[in-house]
Amino acid sequence: MIAALLLVRSTSADVLPDNRADVFWSKYSGGGMDITGYSATARAKITENFAVEANYFVDKVSGASVDVLSQASVIKDERKQKSGTIEYLRDKTTYTASYTSSVERDYISNTASISLSQDMFGDLTTVTLGFANTQNKVGENNGTANDPNVAWLGHALTRAYSGGVSQIITKNFIAGLNLQVITDAGFLANPYRSIRYLDPTNPKGYSLGTQVYPDTHTSTAVQLQGKYYLPYRAAVTAIYRYYTDTWGVRGNTYEVDYTHPVANRWIFEGRLRYYKQTAATFYSDLFPFAGSQNFTARDQNLASLDNSTIGAKVTYAFWPEGWKVFKRGTVTFDASRIRFNYSDFRNIKDFGLPDYAPGEEPLYKFNANVFQVFVSVYF
Amino acid sequence: MRCSQIVMSGTLLCAVLLSSACSIQPWVKPYERDRLADPIMAWDRDAISSAYMDHIRESREGSRGATGGAGGGCGCN
Repeated sequence: MIAALLLVRSTSADVLPDNRADVFWSKYSGGGMDITGYSATARAKITENFAVEANYFVDKVSGASVDVLSQASVIKDERKQKSGTIEYLRDKTTYTASYTSSVERDYISNTASISLSQDMFGDLTTVTLGFANTQNKVGENNGTANDPNVAWLGHALTRAYSGGVSQIITKNFIAGLNLQVITDAGFLANPYRSIRYLDPTNPKGYSLGTQVYPDTHTSTAVQLQGKYYLPYRAAVTAIYRYYTDTWGVRGNTYEVDYTHPVANRWIFEGRLRYYKQTAATFYSDLFPFAGSQNFTARDQNLASLDNSTIGAKVTYAFWPEGWKVFKRGTVTFDASRIRFNYSDFRNIKDFGLPDYAPGEEPLYKFNANVFQVFVSVYF
Repeated sequence: MRCSQIVMSGTLLCAVLLSSACSIQPWVKPYERDRLADPIMAWDRDAISSAYMDHIRESREGSRGATGGAGGGCGCN
């Protein structure tokens, strides 16, 4: 198929995007966790056909999610991620290769990826194919935040295959379809999360046990998106994604965005997103007894849940017409509020006997706030 | 054997279709794509921000994947 795509050639040339540098700050607060992120990215064209990009990202995590807090102490950790990308443009085809390394005290992940993007049919259509290979080393910190004692539990291998089409429909409307199949093999469970099972000998009425996951996982996601230029200068985007995997999770995502520029200095954006999923087949909030089935999980990510997001973004161009070597400079503020509701995951950290019997605690829900600020210069 | 024949036939069919499609005339002419070239029509204006939000969601949802845009818009150049 790749060979077939490469048969399509054209005489006119495309161009790589402008040089760009970003500094980025982010803050996530919700569900007992605070995560602050810092990032710097630089992208430069070496020639008209060849570009390089480098990114450095640091996440500082404090706190822990409610299911982890129900059995462990507060976590403090830091994730450092470095990535490098090269892009090569030949006629209508862009070849991209990248490498990403992410290191935490108890988790190491290295990803190599390649992709190609081909413009065709008079540049009305862009087809993209990609492949990524990730090797993960999974550990558990049995010490404390200041005195870590990491036990390495295993490895996991992830392979992601992706394809996409972006299609101009009319002079005001563009549509896209993305497909991604991801396979995992190895140690896939979250070591910090536990199952719970009924135990009359425990004063709480239940005991905690180790999660047991299958050692393989394959997921398929399809996203359909459309973007329409309104009669005045503004755009509306609609996105739908369907997700299914071999663990029984089915997810549906709906999103609508509205983008409204004002003169050449401001761009305002609003978005609404709704997500809903079913639980994994081996998930339960409360198992009847220890070892009641081969695979057991109580990871809140695998529960039946929905979440709603409302977000806004403002971009201000402080150099709308450029300055010296810079073509444009912008600063962007982005804020989102996310409401998480769980249908079969209960809050056992704050509720229990004698008021609430096991399995009758209130369902868990929480709000999260996400803030981003970044400065971008184009040159 | 049968599987490899299907793959070969499919590849050949794709090659023929795509090669013949080179003669397709674009129904939206290059000079009609000024709106599509507007930055507000880009699938992803800020890739770092989008990757960050994807990371937040994938850390809290069971779903993952297929969120990337397929190429950069209209190819107006």
